[in-house]
Amino acid sequence: MADELFFKSIAELGDLLAARTVSATELTRAVLARTQAVEGRLHAFNSRDEAEALAQAGASDARRAAGQARGPLDGIPVGLKDVIAVAGQPLTASSRMLANFVSPYDATVTARLKAAGAVFWGRLNCDEFAMGSSTENSAFGPTSNPWDLTRVPGGSSGGSAAALAAGAAIATLGSDTGGSIRQPAALCGVVGLKPTYGLVSRYGLVAFASSLDQIGPLTRTVEDAAIMLGALAGHDPLDSTSFPADIPDYRAELKRRPGPWRLGIPKEYFGAGLDPEVQAAVERAMDFYRAQGCTLQEVSLPHTQYCLDTYYIIATAEASSNLARYDGVRYGHRSTAAKDAVDLYRQSRAEGFGAEVKRRIILGTYVLSSGYYDAYYLRAQKVRTLIRQDFLNAYREVDALLTPTSPVPAFKLGEKSDPLALYLCDIYTIGVNLAGLPAVSVPCGFTAGGLPIGLQLIGRPFDEANLLALAGAYERGHDWHRRTPSL
Amino acid sequence: MSSAPHLDLDHVAKLARLALTAAEQAEFSRQLGEVLHHIEQLAKVDVTGVEPTAHAFPVVNVWGEDVARPGLPVEAALRNAPAQRDHLIVVPKVVE
Repeated sequence: MADELFFKSIAELGDLLAARTVSATELTRAVLARTQAVEGRLHAFNSRDEAEALAQAGASDARRAAGQARGPLDGIPVGLKDVIAVAGQPLTASSRMLANFVSPYDATVTARLKAAGAVFWGRLNCDEFAMGSSTENSAFGPTSNPWDLTRVPGGSSGGSAAALAAGAAIATLGSDTGGSIRQPAALCGVVGLKPTYGLVSRYGLVAFASSLDQIGPLTRTVEDAAIMLGALAGHDPLDSTSFPADIPDYRAELKRRPGPWRLGIPKEYFGAGLDPEVQAAVERAMDFYRAQGCTLQEVSLPHTQYCLDTYYIIATAEASSNLARYDGVRYGHRSTAAKDAVDLYRQSRAEGFGAEVKRRIILGTYVLSSGYYDAYYLRAQKVRTLIRQDFLNAYREVDALLTPTSPVPAFKLGEKSDPLALYLCDIYTIGVNLAGLPAVSVPCGFTAGGLPIGLQLIGRPFDEANLLALAGAYERGHDWHRRTPSL
Repeated sequence: MSSAPHLDLDHVAKLARLALTAAEQAEFSRQLGEVLHHIEQLAKVDVTGVEPTAHAFPVVNVWGEDVARPGLPVEAALRNAPAQRDHLIVVPKVVE
């Protein structure tokens, strides 16, 4: 099965395309055919445009024939989470609110991937406005996990992870506010990279929580993540939070950084609630790094127990502010039942938003409201300082942290109906967003029932080169990433 | 924050410009009560003298050159408007 074109990596396909063994059109046709074969069971896509994808593939082949190929991504079909703008294409954020919205312009990441020659293949399902951990909050129905169709793919970038794992794309983009790239990557057995806050522009990303949101790639291999990050990263004057960092050649740096590394094991990440099979797989990864000459030491992130509460105050506060723009006036759903202007806002929002989005808007409005701001929002921002300091203190002694990505493997669709139970899926990933750090999830095994398990590696700010080299060292010693689901 | 949290859902929904059904009111009251109860533990953290963090890497005073650039054509900017007439967005009357 892994011999199929649609299961190959960007790096492998880049070689085949460069050698003219395969054309971009052949590759795109293979991915389109695979998508048609599996999408009825998967529901990973919100919208697709086959003619447009084939036109882009044809343009890629023409460039290559003229000796003007643009590098390793030229001709590679890449799927985008449906929160990232592509000019002229739908952009729904999996919400009824934006069911008929068409992007007037390209996101910066879209423009960068276009410049690199990527073929855009579809907009992928997610939790509504990226709020969730299972993709069940999509207004257009859930996505299934390709390893077990009765289970969730994780979320919120569940479509991005499921499509990639199923061979319906060669790489995808997701967005990560509290784990929304890494957790679905772990649950679907692919690589998911959340870059440092500010490294990748968010211009053209549907905003959820602006001090936490970050766009990043989901890929089959660590090398592919390095290739994608190289195309995505860089300062953007259109995003005022974009950081003017030096951008190394991440792919080349993989080979220049052989280790060994000093790895920290945060003791707070191995407590109650951690599935024993997940824990055993992560401990085997520790043994692997030890055998490679790395030093491992226990570290403490003492404010870990406060991450979830801090996150749900800050993220909902920012969401309530960001989503105030959906009022039925300039774009998005407009109610036809409204009596007056204020009622138009109230009814349009009531009809356009799903339950989880409403819950978070209410919670965020509450923690920002008069009389509660200091006790909730301001206090959470101060605790955020302490959480960030915990990580920076740990980095005085170690180069990176090693943890599980998700406490549990993929759970059943409909299993976690209680919001708080679902929030607990993010306990190992949200601290990274609060501290603005880069982190990657790589496949590190399977449960006895055949479900993927993810290993999370957390790096220093803007040190993606070392983080990816560390992840690549693990990947070279294992073949989990070569397994494919039987769909 | 030390006392039991009280979420006045009517008031907050009004602030958020969100119409809620009776069923939503009941369900959200229970669910958000649980979440707020969980959040109460933040009161235990000593934050004396701790500065708040708004962004992990504060970038301040980002200035752009003050030069005119082409923007979206009016037709493109209004393409997603729910109701429009003469290059304007139609809204309910706000002044009697």
